[in-house]
Amino acid sequence: MALIELRDVRRVYDLGEVEVHALRSVTLNIERGEYVALIGPSGSGKSTLMNTLGCLDRPTHGSYLLDGEEIVTMSRDQRAGIRNRQLGFVFQNFNLLNRTSAVENVELPLLYSQGISSRQRRQRATEQLQKVGLGDRLYHHSSQLSGGQQQRVAIARALVNCPAILMADEPTGNLDSKTSREVIGIFRELNETEGLTVIIVTHDPAVARNAKRTIVLRDGEVVADTHDFQRALEILNSEPVD
Amino acid sequence: MKNKLRAGLTVLGVVIGIAAVTTMVSIGQSASALVQGQFAALGTNVIVVLPGSQQRGGVRQAGILTLTAADAEAIGSESRAILAVSPIVGAQGQVVFGNANWSPRDMQGVGADYLTVRNWKLQAGGFFAREEINAGAQVCVIGNTIVAKLFQTANPLNQVIRVKNIPFRVIGVLEKKGVNMVGDDQDNIVLMPFTTVRKRLQGSNFNNVNAIMVSAISPKVMDTASREIEQILYERHGIAPGEKPDFSVQDTTEIAATLGVITGTLTMMLATIAGISLLVGGVGIMNIMLVSVTERTREIGIRMAIGARGKDILRQFLVEAIILSSIGGFIGVVLGMAASAGATLLINSFSSGTDWPIIVSLPAAAVAMLFAAAVGIFFGYYPARRASQLDPIEALRYE
Ligand SMILES: Nc1ncnc2c1ncn2[C@@H]1O[C@H](COP(=O)(O)OP(=O)(O)OP(=O)(O)O)[C@@H](O)[C@H]1O
Ligand SMILES: [Mg+2]
Repeated sequence: MALIELRDVRRVYDLGEVEVHALRSVTLNIERGEYVALIGPSGSGKSTLMNTLGCLDRPTHGSYLLDGEEIVTMSRDQRAGIRNRQLGFVFQNFNLLNRTSAVENVELPLLYSQGISSRQRRQRATEQLQKVGLGDRLYHHSSQLSGGQQQRVAIARALVNCPAILMADEPTGNLDSKTSREVIGIFRELNETEGLTVIIVTHDPAVARNAKRTIVLRDGEVVADTHDFQRALEILNSEPVD
Repeated sequence: MKNKLRAGLTVLGVVIGIAAVTTMVSIGQSASALVQGQFAALGTNVIVVLPGSQQRGGVRQAGILTLTAADAEAIGSESRAILAVSPIVGAQGQVVFGNANWSPRDMQGVGADYLTVRNWKLQAGGFFAREEINAGAQVCVIGNTIVAKLFQTANPLNQVIRVKNIPFRVIGVLEKKGVNMVGDDQDNIVLMPFTTVRKRLQGSNFNNVNAIMVSAISPKVMDTASREIEQILYERHGIAPGEKPDFSVQDTTEIAATLGVITGTLTMMLATIAGISLLVGGVGIMNIMLVSVTERTREIGIRMAIGARGKDILRQFLVEAIILSSIGGFIGVVLGMAASAGATLLINSFSSGTDWPIIVSLPAAAVAMLFAAAVGIFFGYYPARRASQLDPIEALRYE
């Protein structure tokens, strides 16, 4: 059984006069320990797919099994629980809480998990920040950290509750190329040494190349799903958007 | 709450509301305590019978002296619900002792049981007995104020004072009673046998009295006592049932109860007005919480994305509202208590003689605090619920 099984997943936005088909029919499996990049032109549905995989959004049709559990029929609270325990998110704009220290930001997911004492929370958050190389920035607020450092805090926060999957929507979109490489390096290492399943959405071929599998989306459909990155790029560029 | 100034202003609304409620309730309570204290001081279970309240040709004939000392006797001996009876005959004039003279506020001719009726005691000496009343003895019992005005430090007992040049020997001094609820000094009083006042001071041979003061055995039998007094007087005055009597019976507990209702209503009214300001404070909290929820939409999105459930968000904002309003409530209670103590002191210092009790009611304070918290829950719930129902993706996208 695959970790993620999408069957004929569709997402239609009903805007009254028009319907927007953000996802037309997506069927795919992702196994435990994979490192997947989602690429495609702007508006192709990458974020929509990512939000669906991340249990933030619910498809309007189809089935999504995560670790054998059907997500589509779950309640809001159940999906919140899944996000808390199974998934870790990293966003393009970091999304740290303002006026809150790095370590408190990292503790946040544990706050919504049952039965973790405040001492344990502090300890796990501290360890996680040390792992991403921010052991000396525990009490800095986000405004006192560089973009790369903020993104590393966000990664620590995503990992602190030991999720099965790390999801990142354009994690390097706001970073320069050097910092991008650092962040991507962390992803790769997590995938290789800890076997963490990683899924990233990106525009940047240099970032996408890092992944082991590439899924190309166009107009809400999967047009390529390959381990050969060069081929994925060719497909992406072969049919220019009109 | 990120903006301290804004939070402070929000809290201020609740502070003012709670302070107003606390102050108003405290002042209302001390007013009714004052009234109750005054009635206790007047004497327990007192019934007053007044003459001449009959109507002739639609005109109330006041001042007609239809009551006699014999009526008082009859009431005392025929009704079982009655503890003591005293006729009251009014007098006026100056009292003179040596070079000192003074006009007492009250100069009354009374019966031997007057002190029992009024629930009053002597501080020194004795009271005139039945024999002295029958004999029209020229004796008197004086209040504390008279002692101070006429005798200063001298012992007043057995001294002779003069009223309208008629000598009265002082045989007793009354215990201090203080001022009554309209601010009159109750110790500014001279009591004499009513017979002496009639004959000597008024030069009258009639046996009329200005009032009959009666005390019932217990508060429970006040009604019985009043009814029996009416029956006795109807009979003695030859008034047919249904006819208008030539006297009226007034029950002080009734007056006290009426006054109690009035002060109670007043307290309620004050509290209601103050409550409205609390309501305004609550709306302020709701407003600020709504603004806060909007401003923090993104934060809510982040929290939801990492696993906060709707109820976690609801709780967070509700707790915030309750904390805000409770802080306001606490400050409000403290301010309100200080304000009511200050107001009471001010009343006491401006109208000399009155002695409003300062009442700082702890249950009222506790209720006010709970009320503040309830305001927080009530007005915080809607914004908190809105926050908890946000869509995580839209919240995350919010700029
Ligand atoms: N809330 C929404 N309401 C209506 N349409 C939406 C909504 N969200 C997304 N869409 C539409 O769905 C389609 C896919 O959007 P999505 O955000 O998934 O694209 P994307 O591939 O992430 O693009 P980009 O690379 O620019 O981030 C777009 O056409 C977009 O306009
Ligand atoms: Mg996108």
